[in-house]
Amino acid sequence: MFDNLPLWPARASAGAGNVDALYIFLVLLATFMSVAIFSMILVFALRYRRQPGRTAEQIEGSNALEITWSVVPLGIFMVIFAWGAVIYFQERTPPRDATEIYVVAKQWMWKLEHVEGQREINELHVPVGRDIEMIMTSQDVIHSFYVPAFRIKQDVLPGRYTTAWFRAIKPGVYHLFCAEYCGSQHSGMIGQVVVMEPAQYEAWLSGGNTSGSLASNGESIFQQLGCVTCHRSDTQGRGPSLAGIFGKPVQLEDGRTVIADENYIRESILSPSAKIVKGFKPIMPVFQGLVSEEQLTELVAYVKSLSAPPGAGTKVQESKVQ
Amino acid sequence: MATAVITPERENYLNQEYGIRSWLLTVDHKRIALLYLISITFFFFIGGFFALLIRLELLTPAGDLVQADTYNKLFTMHGMVMVFFFLIPSIPAVLGNFLVPLMIGAKDLAFPRINLLSWYLYIIAGVMMLHCIVTGGVDTGWTFYTPFSTAFSNTKVVEAGLSIFVAGFSSILTGLNFVVTIHRMRAPGMTWSRLPLFIWAHYATSIIQLLGTPVLAITLVLVVFERVFHLGIFDPTRGGDPLLFQHLFWFYSHPAVYIMILPAMGVVAEIVPCFSRKRIFGYKAIALSSIAIAVFGFLVWAHHMFVAGMSLYSALIFSALSYLVAVPSAIKVFNWTATMYKGSISFSTPMLYAFGFIGLFTMGGLTGLFLAALGIDVHVTDTYFVIAHFHYIMVGGAVMGYLGGMHFWWPKISGRLYPEWLGKFAALIVFLGFNLTFFPQFILGYMGMPRRYWQYPPEFQVLNVLSTAGSTILAVGYVLPMVYFLWSMRYGKLADDNPWGAAGLEWQTTSPPPTFNFDKEPEVTWEAYNYDQIPDPAAEEVPVER
Amino acid sequence: MSDSPVALENHGQHGPELRHHFATAQQQRDAASLGMWLFLGTEIMFFGGMFLAYLIYRLWYFNEFAAGSRSLDIKLGTVNTIVLICSSLTVALGVRAAQMGKRKLLVVLLILTLIFGLAFLGIKGVEWYAKYKEHHIPGASFDASDLIRDYPQIHIDPSHEQIYFSLYFAMTGLHALHMIIGIGIFSYLLYHAAKGRYTPEYYTPIDLGGLYWHFVDVVWIYLFPLLYLIDRKPLG
Repeated sequence: MFDNLPLWPARASAGAGNVDALYIFLVLLATFMSVAIFSMILVFALRYRRQPGRTAEQIEGSNALEITWSVVPLGIFMVIFAWGAVIYFQERTPPRDATEIYVVAKQWMWKLEHVEGQREINELHVPVGRDIEMIMTSQDVIHSFYVPAFRIKQDVLPGRYTTAWFRAIKPGVYHLFCAEYCGSQHSGMIGQVVVMEPAQYEAWLSGGNTSGSLASNGESIFQQLGCVTCHRSDTQGRGPSLAGIFGKPVQLEDGRTVIADENYIRESILSPSAKIVKGFKPIMPVFQGLVSEEQLTELVAYVKSLSAPPGAGTKVQESKVQ
Repeated sequence: MATAVITPERENYLNQEYGIRSWLLTVDHKRIALLYLISITFFFFIGGFFALLIRLELLTPAGDLVQADTYNKLFTMHGMVMVFFFLIPSIPAVLGNFLVPLMIGAKDLAFPRINLLSWYLYIIAGVMMLHCIVTGGVDTGWTFYTPFSTAFSNTKVVEAGLSIFVAGFSSILTGLNFVVTIHRMRAPGMTWSRLPLFIWAHYATSIIQLLGTPVLAITLVLVVFERVFHLGIFDPTRGGDPLLFQHLFWFYSHPAVYIMILPAMGVVAEIVPCFSRKRIFGYKAIALSSIAIAVFGFLVWAHHMFVAGMSLYSALIFSALSYLVAVPSAIKVFNWTATMYKGSISFSTPMLYAFGFIGLFTMGGLTGLFLAALGIDVHVTDTYFVIAHFHYIMVGGAVMGYLGGMHFWWPKISGRLYPEWLGKFAALIVFLGFNLTFFPQFILGYMGMPRRYWQYPPEFQVLNVLSTAGSTILAVGYVLPMVYFLWSMRYGKLADDNPWGAAGLEWQTTSPPPTFNFDKEPEVTWEAYNYDQIPDPAAEEVPVER
Repeated sequence: MSDSPVALENHGQHGPELRHHFATAQQQRDAASLGMWLFLGTEIMFFGGMFLAYLIYRLWYFNEFAAGSRSLDIKLGTVNTIVLICSSLTVALGVRAAQMGKRKLLVVLLILTLIFGLAFLGIKGVEWYAKYKEHHIPGASFDASDLIRDYPQIHIDPSHEQIYFSLYFAMTGLHALHMIIGIGIFSYLLYHAAKGRYTPEYYTPIDLGGLYWHFVDVVWIYLFPLLYLIDRKPLG
């Protein structure tokens, strides 16, 4: 409702309604409390205004009141906390099998890549009704991917991947903003999300320029850079085989076990000595400075593709708990 | 209070000695308070000027007044100047410095020379910041996020960082002075439970200044080292972590907001009983709430980082704690309001500012509940909603508290009365201008307008125009008091010792006080806010004049 | 050291050091002491930020921290620790000497303290110079290849190694700055002690200076194991 009233953006994602519901509750609560306090002040000020012949009544306090107006607000706050936490949990838990979009932010533009290989700049085409998970990193400073109509926002950091997800429910064109100040053209780093009917989206997908899917590009780089020399598909290589490892636990030399997620793959390429797989020697060369962000994205997509049929998504685990 | 027959030439701290040396080398806390008053007012207008430029640029969606880089410097320096050179010092360094010894019955603060040093450090920091501004400025945002500030910005980050470092030192020394003074220099009979709530508020503030500011100091030092020596502690391309910077930064900068608001709450706790002619409702609750805010305030910093890439579980904890810290503030609001119940209310200028404070702080605080709710914060963080929230508290709250306090204690500080009708008028202008400026920004934020935007999509224009219109009205409201306070120093009516009939030791000495505060050392045998014992000055709204 | 309010009128006889906003010398001493302890609390918070950064990076990059730690000269570090502990001893004895009115002893102890302090700084300079020669100073000329060569069995990432050394220099550098300030303070105290300014009735500056010096010493006692003694056991 109230779509024509400019109080909130369009509700274009599945989660937007939940966010707005809590928001409206809070607006009502805040309005009620503000009006209550303002009117109490007004009423007291007028009713008890200084008048000849009347003196103030000295009242020390009231423990009962203190307890009441501590406990009742606390109770209400805990309800709000829980409600907000539930929404947040949903916001930060992408569904399995979400379609992935890889995002690289840089000063001052958004570069987006579909798994099929479509590349976009400052624009993202998605089909309505599909779960989309964005796997994002920055080439330089911290940015933030913000689509008000979807009620989602996630900072995009250099040196690691962060994720956000949504399911668009309404075709249309919606603002995409950078929401973390990133320098000169921060306010110019805007674009749009184009939500299309599924048929239109398929048409767009096949008509656009494809330079190969992410995974197939990744495979080429894997060959070019010589990764295949050590990471053979059999167990004879000097490096561990990468078939089927994505999303599974990996035993390390130092006894730790980590999950092989996007951040793990990325780190292993840029800083291989950080985590050595058990039973292997630390001989992998360092590729920091030798691969671009896009190439990293494609390599990650390639390794993922070795674990599942292409196109299927897997959840990103955050390997560094902050 | 018996009004002695006094002549205007009676010796007090203002006329005891003349000449610039007697001011620049003073160790009298009251003179130092005035030195601070002049300096922070100067910086308030600098920060305010930047704000006006920002609002003018935002009249239109396109970036057409200044260039993008200039705009980025404007909002950065607006923030830095307002936070570090106005809000943090304001009430403690002006009203606190002036009143803390008077309220507890002491002759001065514990360390008068350190007090003067504190002002000089502030001035040095201020000169550094001014130099930074005029030689190119800084564009990192007052929050200095890395790696932009350490590896990408081409502006004077080091100078700004060092300037704030020095200002922080000034703040630490003020806090140190207050804590020691309150512990060790109370007059006989002035027990902890008889202390005015203004003192409790400044005590809590000082604890935060002592514990929090050094963390900002080391954070800025590390940023400077990183920029100058190319270290890598915050740079992910060199193994560092930008989130570490955010944790360190917000560990101070969240408690810092309580440094900014607690003193204003202390002011309100003095004004409301006076103009209700009754003791404050719930003295103990308010005193303990101040301490609780100081303690809990240190536990919630990462609520600035819910979308920063932090773990979900950390976010849950910080959200829950953020709701806890809201409770003591709510308690205070209820207690102040309850104080008016069955009182004898008068509508003096200080009381109008106190009303404004309670209402606007309530609104600002309630919008904090929105931000602490994780699901909502994802949508509104880094938007104008946050800007509106903190301006409601900082400007609708802290600045109104400061102005209310300045009006309340002006007769004590200057020995003069300001023109009451002008005071009321200015208070009204401030209230109206403020709401028109900042209320539309809540809506802008929820609609999705991000902060720190030089240009914006056209659908946001109407609300931006309203906001800019409000800011011009607000500016007028701020200029007026400066004008009439200055005017009153020469032409204002002379003030009695206690024109408001207020409780508190500061009103038991002359207006203005002598250099050593009391002719005879006070001995306290009564409870705070003993309005049952203090006669109401004649039932008029205008304070009593000699 | 009571907290209760003191009557301002109760002057009595007092020495020239009593400042007039205080009622009694005891009140002045109590205030000074509380002030100094609070200031040291702020210093703990100041160093604390760096200790936090150290904690996090050591958890993440243990190997590099261990290698960097082993490249420090443990002999010189130990000597410096002993030097500082001795200097704290001379400071404590100096406070006692002031309390007992023994001016000459106080002067001697202050001089010894200064000698120890300068010795510490000298040794630190030697260590830093060694780091300079080994190209371990962070920045453009940083080079961790010697460590990578020396420790083939552990895995060293040069950028992580640089973080260890960044923290090493930041922490020891700020500590050294505090030492220099301490030496300045003690030079001032020495000058006035020689002129007989400190008596059993008034030795507050010695007391407070001593507290500062002890604090700087304690910071080093933490820095030494954290920086020098990471994983010093033989490798294998």
